[in-house]
Amino acid sequence: MTRLRQSFARHWYAWAMVVPVTVVLGVLVLYPLLRGIWLTFTNLNESNQRAEICTKTLGGGETCEPNPDAWSYVGLDNYLDILSGAKGEFWLWFTNTIVWTASCVLLHFGIGLGLAVLLNRQLRFRGLYRVLLIVPWAIPSFVSAFSWKFLFNESNGLVNAVLKTLGLDPVEWFAERWTSLSTAIIANVWMGVPFMMVALLGGLQSISDDLYEAAEIDGANPWQRFRNITLPGLRPVSMTVILLGTIWTFNMFPVIFLVTDGQPAGQTEILVTGAFKAAFEGIRNYSLAATYGVLILSMLIVFAAAYRRVLRNQGEVW
Amino acid sequence: MASRRSVPQSLLLHGTLLLATLIALLPVLWVLASSFKPASRILSSEIRFVDQPTLDNYTRLLTETDFPRWLLNSVIVAVFTMVFGVFMSASAGYAMSRFNFPGRRGLMWTFLVTQMFPVAILIVPIYTIMSALGLINTLTSLVIAYCTVAVPFCAWMLKGYFDTIPRDLDEAAALDGLGPFATFWRVILPLARPGLAVTMFYTFLTAWGEVAYATAFLQTDNKFTLGYGLQTFVPQFNKQWEYLTPAAILITIPAALVFLFAQRHLVGGLAAGATKG
Repeated sequence: MTRLRQSFARHWYAWAMVVPVTVVLGVLVLYPLLRGIWLTFTNLNESNQRAEICTKTLGGGETCEPNPDAWSYVGLDNYLDILSGAKGEFWLWFTNTIVWTASCVLLHFGIGLGLAVLLNRQLRFRGLYRVLLIVPWAIPSFVSAFSWKFLFNESNGLVNAVLKTLGLDPVEWFAERWTSLSTAIIANVWMGVPFMMVALLGGLQSISDDLYEAAEIDGANPWQRFRNITLPGLRPVSMTVILLGTIWTFNMFPVIFLVTDGQPAGQTEILVTGAFKAAFEGIRNYSLAATYGVLILSMLIVFAAAYRRVLRNQGEVW
Repeated sequence: MASRRSVPQSLLLHGTLLLATLIALLPVLWVLASSFKPASRILSSEIRFVDQPTLDNYTRLLTETDFPRWLLNSVIVAVFTMVFGVFMSASAGYAMSRFNFPGRRGLMWTFLVTQMFPVAILIVPIYTIMSALGLINTLTSLVIAYCTVAVPFCAWMLKGYFDTIPRDLDEAAALDGLGPFATFWRVILPLARPGLAVTMFYTFLTAWGEVAYATAFLQTDNKFTLGYGLQTFVPQFNKQWEYLTPAAILITIPAALVFLFAQRHLVGGLAAGATKG
């Protein structure tokens, strides 16, 4: 007890400073998380959410009776329904999510690294290039999403107009699964490259010039310098941005929701947008949406843990 | 260095960068150009940047739609999110940076892990909490939800920033008789202005650009934020690009100016947060 009091006396101001955050996170993250997990074991939806059904009587009063079909515990039914494909299109959405995340992160990182390396040289107009290349980042993501939807518009959007001018057939972008998904990937790559570029440029600038000079004196060619100095020097930054990028892209809601909106017929939905639609469109199926949420979260946790383990095995202190 | 590069190399370098710049700018310029075209010419098979330019789309957007209302709503939500978000993440970030209190590690992990939470798992329970509190279809519900999204990341970023401010300053302030709160408020915060600026922009932009919570929580036209309102311009059939394009431009200009002005700080802040974490 005295230890507790001593501890309080020593740390009360630190605790006071984290209390606002802790309370908000507790009420709006921890509690919803626990409740969300609980919901996955129930069949709560819009039509059975009331515990009582009240009807107006003639006198103006109300009589309430327990709802005979009120929501209840159903065990693992939601998980079974989703994973067996009985409800929703889990495996289709899962494939989409993997394709979407892998291609976006690869392209973000590849293009971002390429541009960062170019910008890290002495060259004229460097500042200008840098500012102009950041422009896509400066635009609110939903505006970019709408803009790309506009460019890919089927009747005479810019992309199709260019194809026609070149004598090619215009493409019905949103009529087929893979073309539709690729419009969203293109939009997202366009939006996300500047962040990678800037983060990696910061990393590049922290690598000491001495290393490059020493390597040059030892006769290393540019490729060897890139492999043996640049890439290892970038490791701490790359590892962080790749992990963050993967998580962000996996959960990226607005691009898919606004660019393809699942067209054609839900074929390009990813897990996050699919879950959102289960929860808020048609008869709202809250429990099913929560189950998707738990599945998504577990996948990300497994991924992050595996990623960390790989890093640790390679001797990274992170 | 530059003198050692041969002419073809130089051309290749600048050519690549120019191409990248063109790709970065073209969509924006095209939307800008389209916003000045008459509605009937916006989707034309001829590719023209300038086509019977007119301000019609802008005047109609501002007078005949709810756009001004949505803009105001978005500003309100973003400003309040910014104020609360910065306050909470600064105090938490400082505590995590300076004090080794029980629960510190746990809190830092929690912040990192909440980054992983998909909107899908939280949105339903938060929706039920909000409706229990009678907050559905209010802007307040959005401010609260956005703080939970922005604060963990910002606290983490600011912790990294506070770590770069020498601890000697805290000790000197303590010797001068300042308590921990006064030290934080009068010594550290003024020094952390660049870091705070980054946090402000980040929270502002998070709120400014969010779509999922807005779509789920808002129900009536007069409460929509831009992220939701704009969707009503482009339903699956009969898309009104003549409203969408000028709206996109009007939303982008202030956000982009603020962003480009702040981006140097943003980069520094991100790097500090990313490497010192």
